[in-house]
Parts: sequence; structure tokens; C-alpha cells
Amino acid sequence: MALIIRQRKIVARPEDERLVPLAQWNGEPGVLLGTADDPAALKGRLDRLSVIAIEFPQFTDGRGYTIARLLRERYGYKGELRAVGEVLRDNLFYLSRCGFDSFLVSDQSRLDDALEGLGDFSDGYQASADRPQPLFRRRAA
Amino acid sequence: MYLYDEIDQRMVDERVRQFRGQTQRFLAGELSEDQFRPLRLQNGLYIQRYAPMLRVAIPYGLLSTRQLRKLAAIARKYDRGYGHFSTRQNIQFNWPKLEEVPDILAELAEVQMHAIQTSGNCIRNTTTDHFAGVARDEIVDSLVWCELIRQWSTFHPEFAFLPRKFKIAVNGAVADRAATYLHDIGLHALRDGDGNVGFRVIVGGGMGRTPVIGTVIREFLPWRHLLTYLDAILRVYNRYGRRDNKYKARIKILVKALGAEVFASKVEAEWSHLEDGPATLIEEEVARIESRFTRPDYAALPADDAWSRGKLVADKAFAAWARRNVHEHKVDGYAAVSVSLKKTGAAPGDASAEQMDAIADLADRYSFGELRVSHEQNLILADVRQSHLYELWQSLRALGLASPNIGLITNIIACPGGDFCSLANAKSLPVADAIQQKFDDLDFQHDIGELDLNISGCINSCGHHHVGHIGVLGVDKHGEEWYQVTIGGNQGLTRPGAPAALGRVIGPSFAREEVPAVVEKLIEVYLEHRDSEAERFVDTVWRIGIEPFKERVYGTHHQTAEDRRAA
Repeated sequence: MALIIRQRKIVARPEDERLVPLAQWNGEPGVLLGTADDPAALKGRLDRLSVIAIEFPQFTDGRGYTIARLLRERYGYKGELRAVGEVLRDNLFYLSRCGFDSFLVSDQSRLDDALEGLGDFSDGYQASADRPQPLFRRRAA
Repeated sequence: MYLYDEIDQRMVDERVRQFRGQTQRFLAGELSEDQFRPLRLQNGLYIQRYAPMLRVAIPYGLLSTRQLRKLAAIARKYDRGYGHFSTRQNIQFNWPKLEEVPDILAELAEVQMHAIQTSGNCIRNTTTDHFAGVARDEIVDSLVWCELIRQWSTFHPEFAFLPRKFKIAVNGAVADRAATYLHDIGLHALRDGDGNVGFRVIVGGGMGRTPVIGTVIREFLPWRHLLTYLDAILRVYNRYGRRDNKYKARIKILVKALGAEVFASKVEAEWSHLEDGPATLIEEEVARIESRFTRPDYAALPADDAWSRGKLVADKAFAAWARRNVHEHKVDGYAAVSVSLKKTGAAPGDASAEQMDAIADLADRYSFGELRVSHEQNLILADVRQSHLYELWQSLRALGLASPNIGLITNIIACPGGDFCSLANAKSLPVADAIQQKFDDLDFQHDIGELDLNISGCINSCGHHHVGHIGVLGVDKHGEEWYQVTIGGNQGLTRPGAPAALGRVIGPSFAREEVPAVVEKLIEVYLEHRDSEAERFVDTVWRIGIEPFKERVYGTHHQTAEDRRAA
């Protein structure tokens, strides 16, 4: 049974969960996006979804970060957003800033360690999905 | 000098802790080589030919004497007593031990320094004019804008894994001293008719395997929109840049493939969503950053210092140095001084720990405790009283740091090349040395006049050979080191009518020992053809074309050692 980190807790991945690749997706509650997919395809249909997974074929393929921000910040997706594929502890902080709140971490044997990765930094300069106001606006406030 | 506040400091401290953990996990076998590589690269750590190489960021080339002394201490304690200043205004240490790098980063953090994003496929150190803030031809002081970009790019969560590395350069003066047309993004800080600051935005320039002069996609972007517009460009690149072939992954390839107009329209479409959003800059922030810069407390001085002028007449050696290494300052009575790291016999850009300490002492005494690194790999004391120039020169001369060669043929830009770098096809340092030896005669150098000679040990172009008036590129042929020569390149609009240009290859490549004689022949042709002493080598190349140069170098039969060898 695979474990995921969701909302900063280690939980079992729901057994009946089905993630349908975007090309075959037809309104099911779970969809899987590849890094070349355009999230605009889900525009206006996001309220049917309870989980969107974005696949990282390699952790060095950074397109998924942009897709996540677009889903959160442009299209207003509020549900679970999961990183799957090659997902490493050292990427969790950036991923969470881009709007991911759920992670299927590749190394299932060190999930406690991975959880710590979410706290590598206490702040960030930029506007981001998890904190829309950049640091300079919060400083000025 | 920008001074960190507690949040800036905390981020750098947290980075040290993070990298210490990553290094420990790697050494314990918990992280694979493939997993660790991008992490160490984003902290400037390469595994080189003989040892790791650590590249430390010097944001936009600005350095305090406290920081320079720390770099000297690191060179002594963790390296072999020297460092190499690079063409991106950074410093590289060639001999650190991997397990000690977290300690080095911790020491750097003590003086508000780091190695964040000095390598890897992310936004690299932002570079600028080494005379920013002091240039007589300044339009806008670019330092504040560079710091804003530094903060925006530091740990940008969306752009840590781009298709390829990404370099931004900012210039705020009439002359372009930051090679802005040869960066992924070049920015010209400008003022509109009402004095409001904005930016000309250039994209898709670069050197490397496919050199390209960048294209302007915005003539005037009001300053408030700077960061959102950068976000839009990066986002288009992150989504659509090629990831299947690292040689075609830079933004310049995307801009070429789409066409600059289509690329620009994609950026504008993306930006329409970000425009006036929360990342839009505010006056308070610009003022806050400005207020955290320490600025020199200049004295009110006459524009012209009669005593120094007298010395110029009395001392020929001082005059030669002043002519090449002293630069106009925007404040009357002051000058900027280039400390040449291009003495014949020394590797271009290298400085020993002793030299760093000595230069720090001089910067404390004569230049408000600050200095700059130029992309031409020299150090700059930016705020020297003209009346101190003579004694400063004497001190520099005693240290071997007063070669009067800024802008001349021996001010060679060179990468570390095959002596250190595992990417290199050929050595660059012995070539630089041989050329410097050949042209060591100062009167001859001054007679030749301004000439940028740049050497790269491989096509990655760290030595900026494409934009050398004379460029030398190390190439590999059947496992042997050969050198290709280009002429007519130019780093940017450093004077009116001379825009950025890429050099043209003059013909088949040469054996290493042939290169100085080839350069000599190129110079001969120039000296025969120049219409006056005001016409520089590169101007002559542009005026008469490369044929006369080819003819002289290769002779009628265009035969080279390579041909002879093949025959």
C-alpha cells in the first residue's frame, strides 16, 4: 500500500482512487496530467475534480511547477493537487510553494525525512500559490 | 553594498543547513549521484577534472572588503591559496573537498555571501556594468534593480528546474558594459521623457554552441512591471523550451524557433494575467532596497585635480596606467580604478589570497571599503579620490597589480580551460600566456590600441570568444587540442556605432604554438590598414572585411599546420 504526504501528514493513498490520464478523462473525480499537458483543458470543469495529479517523469523536468501554479492561481483549483513520478524530498518545499499539497514521494522508506523537506525554508521572496503576497508586500504591510 | 536584513540572512543560513543535510545524505549513500548532482550544482559545486570546483556568487559583482578578506581566508583554509574571478562576476575555488563545502558555505553566510544558483538549470547570478552607480554616462543606477532581481530569482519556486541555465544582465548607462545582447534576458534601465524608470527588454541572446544576438521585445517596460514581466518570460520558457536536447534547450533556441514576434506575443499573453498582480513592484520596496545600500560619503572636490595632472606629465609609467586603468566618475574629483588581474605570467582572473587581502586593504584606504568584479575578470576600486591615484598606483605596482592594459590586447578574458575544467576541449591558460608574452612590450600594446582578445577552452564560451575582437576557441580534433580563430566580435555597444557582434571564423584551426604568430599577423594587417589611430582593430575588420586577414594568415593556399598534417 502506497503512502502519500497530504496536508503535511503521512496517510495511505485511497485504494479506490482512480487517476485518469487527461487524454481519456471524461469528468471522473481524479485526473493525471503529464508535464506537456495544458491545464487550460480543465478550465471550467475543475469543480468535478477531487484530485489532480501531475507526473514528474524526472524531478529535473520543471514544467509541473508552472502547471500547478496555473491551476491554483489562474484557474482557481481548490482540491487536492498531488505530485507523482520522481518526487524527492529536496523538491517538496518548492512544490508546496507552487500549490502542491499532496506528494507521492519516490522513496517510500524515508517519509518522515521527506516531511522535513517541506520545512527547508521558513519563507520565500516571491509571490506563490501558497502565499500570494510576495515578501516585499508583507514587509511593507 | 546591499546589507541583508534578518530575513535575507535567515534564508542563506537555512540554505547552508539544507545543503549540509544533502551532502551528508549523499555521503551516506541515501542520495544517488544523479539525485545529488542538480542539488550540488544549485550550490555552485561541480566535480571537475582533478577536484570539485565551488563557484561563489558575487551578486552583480559588488563586494565589500570584509567579504574579499573572507574569500582570501577560504582560499587559504580550504583551497590552495588562490581564487579565479570569472566572466560572470563570480569567484571560483578549484580545490575544495566535497565534505568541507558546507563549512565553506557557512563561513560565506557569516559575511552575507553564498553559492546559491551559481550553476544548474536555474536563474543564475544577475550581472551588471562594473561601473554601476559611479559611471559618468549613467542613466539609471542599476544596483537597486539588480538586488530586486536577485531577491526575486533566489529560490524562485517555479523556475528551479528550467530546460537550461538562465542568465540575466542589466545595464543602466549609455555604453553597454554588461553584454546585455548576449544574455538570456538583457535589460537596459532607461528613463522616459518624465524621468520615470523603465526597462528595454532583450531576450534570446547568448554565446555557446549557437551564438545569437538578442532581440528587443519591449522598448520601455515601466519599472513596476519588471518582476511580473520576468515571470511571464520565464514561464513561457519553462513551459515551451526544449528539454529533449540540452544543446537546443536555451531560450535563444525557443525564440528562434517561434520567431521573436510570436515569442513576444506569448509573453504578452502570459503577462496579461500577471500584470498589476501581487508581484507588481511598489515604491516602498524600491525605497527599502535603496535604503539598505551603503553609499560612499563623497567629499565636495574640484572636478580636476591639478596635482595628479602634474604627475601625469612627470611620470610616464603613471600616465600609461592612468590612461588605461583609470575611468571617469560621476562625482567630481573621484575616479574608478581597474586593478588588473592580467599580468603576463599570471592566469587571467586569478588572485592569490595575499593579493586579495592587499587589495582589500587598498579598498579600505582609498575606496570606501568596497570593490567590484568586472566581467573582464578584473577588480575595480570604484570610488577613488583623484588626489590619491598616484599613491594607489604605487601600491598596486608593488603588488604586481598595476599592468596598464585595460582594454588592450593583454587584458585577455580566458576561462580556466583544460587545466581545470572537465568540459574543456583544450587548454586556454597557456595560450593566453603565450599571447601576453608576445605582446608584452607596452609601447606596442598601446600603439595597437583597444583590442578585446577572448579565449574559451570549449564551445560553452565561458571565455566569451564569440565577442572578442579576436576570439580563440579550443576545439578537439581526433583527441588533439586545436584552436579556431574568429575576428570582428564585439561585446556590446561600448561606444557609439559599434553594436554587439559575433566574430567570424577566419578558417581552419591552428596548433597551440601557432596561435601567437597568427594573432601577430592579424595585428600586422590591422596596423597596415587602419585609417587612423582612432580606428580600432575591430573597426578595421568591419570596414575592410575578413579577407585581407585570412589572406595574410593562411597565404594564397590557405595552408595550415592542420592541412600539412593531413597531407
